[in-house]
Amino acid sequence: MSDYILEMKNITKTFPGVKALDNVNFKVKRGEIHCLIGENGSGKSTLMKVLSGVYSYGEYSGDIVFEGDVQKFSHISDSEKVGIVTIYQELALIPELTVYENIFLGHEIKKGRFIDWEETIVRAKEMLKKVRLNINPSVKIKDLGVGMQQLVEIAKALSKNVKLLILDEPTAALNEDDSENLLKLIKELKEHGVTCILISHKLKEVLEVADSITVLRDGKTICSLDATKDEITENIIIKNMVGREIDDIYPKRNNKKFGEKVLEVKNLNAYDTNLGREILHDVSFNVRKGEIVGIAGLMGSGRTELALSIFGNSKGYRVNGEIFVNGEKKKFLKPKDAIKAGVAYVTEDRKGNGLILIDDIKSNITLANLKSLCEKGFINENEEIKVANEYKASLKIKAPSVEQKVGNLSGGNQQKVSLGKWLFARPYVLILDEPTRGIDVGAKYEIYTLMNTLVKEGMSIVMISSELPEVLGMSDRVYVMSEGRIVGELPIEEATQEKIMELATN
Amino acid sequence: MDFLYEVKQLLKQNIREYGMYIALAVIMLIFTFGTGGLFISSRNISNLINQTGYIAVLSVGMTLVIVIRHIDLSVGYVAGFLGALIAILLTKYALPVPLVILIALALGLLIGLFNGYLISGVGIPAFVATLAGMLAFRGALLLATEGTGTIIIPQKSFNAIGNGYIPDIANIRGVHVLTIIIGTLAILFYIYSEFKTRKNKLKYNFEVISKQMFVLKLIFISAIIAYVTWILSGYNGLSWTVVIVIIVVALYHVITTKTSLGRHIYAVGGNPEAAKLSGIDVNKITLIVFGSMGLLAALSGILYTARLQSATTTAGTLFELDAIAAAYVGGVSAAGGVGKITGSIVGALVMASLINGMNLMGVGISYQYIIRGAVLAAAVIFDVKTRNKSK
Ligand SMILES: Nc1ncnc2c1ncn2[C@@H]1O[C@H](COP(=O)(O)OP(=O)(O)OP(=O)(O)O)[C@@H](O)[C@H]1O
Ligand SMILES: [Mg+2]
Repeated sequence: MSDYILEMKNITKTFPGVKALDNVNFKVKRGEIHCLIGENGSGKSTLMKVLSGVYSYGEYSGDIVFEGDVQKFSHISDSEKVGIVTIYQELALIPELTVYENIFLGHEIKKGRFIDWEETIVRAKEMLKKVRLNINPSVKIKDLGVGMQQLVEIAKALSKNVKLLILDEPTAALNEDDSENLLKLIKELKEHGVTCILISHKLKEVLEVADSITVLRDGKTICSLDATKDEITENIIIKNMVGREIDDIYPKRNNKKFGEKVLEVKNLNAYDTNLGREILHDVSFNVRKGEIVGIAGLMGSGRTELALSIFGNSKGYRVNGEIFVNGEKKKFLKPKDAIKAGVAYVTEDRKGNGLILIDDIKSNITLANLKSLCEKGFINENEEIKVANEYKASLKIKAPSVEQKVGNLSGGNQQKVSLGKWLFARPYVLILDEPTRGIDVGAKYEIYTLMNTLVKEGMSIVMISSELPEVLGMSDRVYVMSEGRIVGELPIEEATQEKIMELATN
Repeated sequence: MDFLYEVKQLLKQNIREYGMYIALAVIMLIFTFGTGGLFISSRNISNLINQTGYIAVLSVGMTLVIVIRHIDLSVGYVAGFLGALIAILLTKYALPVPLVILIALALGLLIGLFNGYLISGVGIPAFVATLAGMLAFRGALLLATEGTGTIIIPQKSFNAIGNGYIPDIANIRGVHVLTIIIGTLAILFYIYSEFKTRKNKLKYNFEVISKQMFVLKLIFISAIIAYVTWILSGYNGLSWTVVIVIIVVALYHVITTKTSLGRHIYAVGGNPEAAKLSGIDVNKITLIVFGSMGLLAALSGILYTARLQSATTTAGTLFELDAIAAAYVGGVSAAGGVGKITGSIVGALVMASLINGMNLMGVGISYQYIIRGAVLAAAVIFDVKTRNKSK
């Protein structure tokens, strides 16, 4: 048997107008953790979809050799049969089903013709133990946090006798603790002989767990690094990923000048009638003209709820409190009111509620401000294309044209479209919710630079982020939230990771 | 060589859209040969189009309803009930025709808005809310026609909506001159607007199709308009039904493709959450779409009643399903956010041609249903397949 559990040879995959993979070679050694990294749209997810049979044999060219045999998968179940299991970028659990039902979904344990539920629950417990998840298997998925859901996904993979586990950005939506936990688990699985391919944009964790690293750029293999032999640093990886060096991921702003308070929120309370409890207590904060204010906190500390409550309360919470924009008291009954007053909100979950995936880039970008393109009630479509092209260029959105469907873009490029949409609404205040989640370093740098330009031009930014280095690197002032309250406000000079974590966890 | 390549590319990129037109053409060709030319005769085509009218207007409204991920099962009996009401108002109360038409349209609008309110305001699933409406209006129709049975409408001016033709200025050897003039104007307008669009695009330095392709397209579409005009002018000319349908289609086509209201409707269908957070009032859009559906249901009732020159106890039966079928054949997607008005009209024509052609060929009614079912399935399969490809 060869050293390599998997060899992908000269894989080429094209979409209309896009060569997503161009002669990619990718080899994974038995029993290692192999990190696959690259910019947004470099083809990582596509390569994994080829491997797992989402794109069936014949839709791509090249060979997949797994355990010494050439494989011709035409369906995901084919690859699962030989032990390749993928956990996708978007979680694939059914929220309304229980944990044990989810774990054995698609390969139910049967006694005769019927499902053997007792055995299912027993086996589910075993799997949960393996992933160190101490929960009742009978709870529903929707009642678990993302971190736990991620572990259930892995438990599900383990129940399928996995030999090669593929994780596509598993930690993107996790907080630090949950991420730690997950990485530890992957290392443990390695001890038990499970080979792992990990896709991640978080270089720190890549350096922490990787035995090998393969870098893709523009659909081509740039290099394969052996982390067990050579000394590898973030800089080396970044250079290979983006093709140039980035000295400081958080670009500096000089001559900061802050003006009047542009957005001020006073004593905001919100009650979620579905959950039947108060989710925000007496939240007060403000942001001045030309300022970037960071809002840090753990997952579930109420930051997104805060943003939604301010931004026209689309979730229908019971909200009271005062909101001032440029000193004027405002009441936002629906998102439209907020947009009119110059407040924009770039959602955290771009697929779920940020973008219209079946529509093209241009109609997404113009959606929140269509009026400005209307002449005598009719949309000027040529002007629309022009505007969209401008944002495509300035945000460096990678796509063959603005007529490309947003659903076909890679995660990072979707985020840029999301940003473009709200920039086109020309707001005073931009509320960014996890603006760089799932985005590569190069694109992150571009988005940070863009943020700097925007505030320099007089915009104000509220940035909700779970990545502390980002909060510290970009903000001028930091608020910390915990359990629906603002528990601290720190000028950037005084803010440190430790201080923020201490506030956030108390 | 280049030209051929361009043709290929255009076909490939727009296969889904052209597919329907090609299907319609093929079906028409088959029937033309199958009936020895009877199918394509002026008289038959004129009849065919007039028969499609009341389903066509419904399918226009239904398209938008399906685009925003809902369904309206009540429209058939709403049309039927309003037809009966019209008949009663015209015969029993002898109200003037325009007033009765206005009353019917207003009631249709109200019914639609009420459906919309149940769905967006109260939060009842559209399927259930309109199923209830379907039952209720079926009852109302029976109630209205209970004592009298079929109600014959004597007013000629009303019946003309479904049977009459536009007047002629001079009939030259059986050719309807006004129709020819209107057709010519339509062609001129079409050519003018294409030139304007092209000029605008060039002004923005956008890519346009090559000159040859452009000319070919102009000639092709103009020829089709000319041919249809010619056929219609050979038999009484344009009917009022056709005029009404063309106005409705043109209006809805412009609204859906050129205005922000249209954009908002598709955005709500594509992703309601995202639409809401983009400042679009989803409830308002739902109300508008169902309101328009109700209005068109009333119009459908008017067309049907006028065509039969009477209200019957079974009017409106299965209209809703014919409209839904036409919309699906025309390429709307149940997943929401996709579907064109022009597509649904072609869909309606495809279904109507099938019925008409098979009747002419003497195909048994049992086979007719089976074939219609097969065509519906085939259309949707084609749609899904081509959609996956472009993904
Ligand atoms: N179904 C599709 N149709 C057309 N283009 C596609 C499709 N899927 C992916 N692409 C394109 O292929 C390229 C590679 O995309 P892929 O999703 O593999 O990137 P990625 O490396 O996973 O990026 P990210 O880090 O943002 O997730 C992108 O340019 C993307 O736009
Ligand atoms: Mg990806």
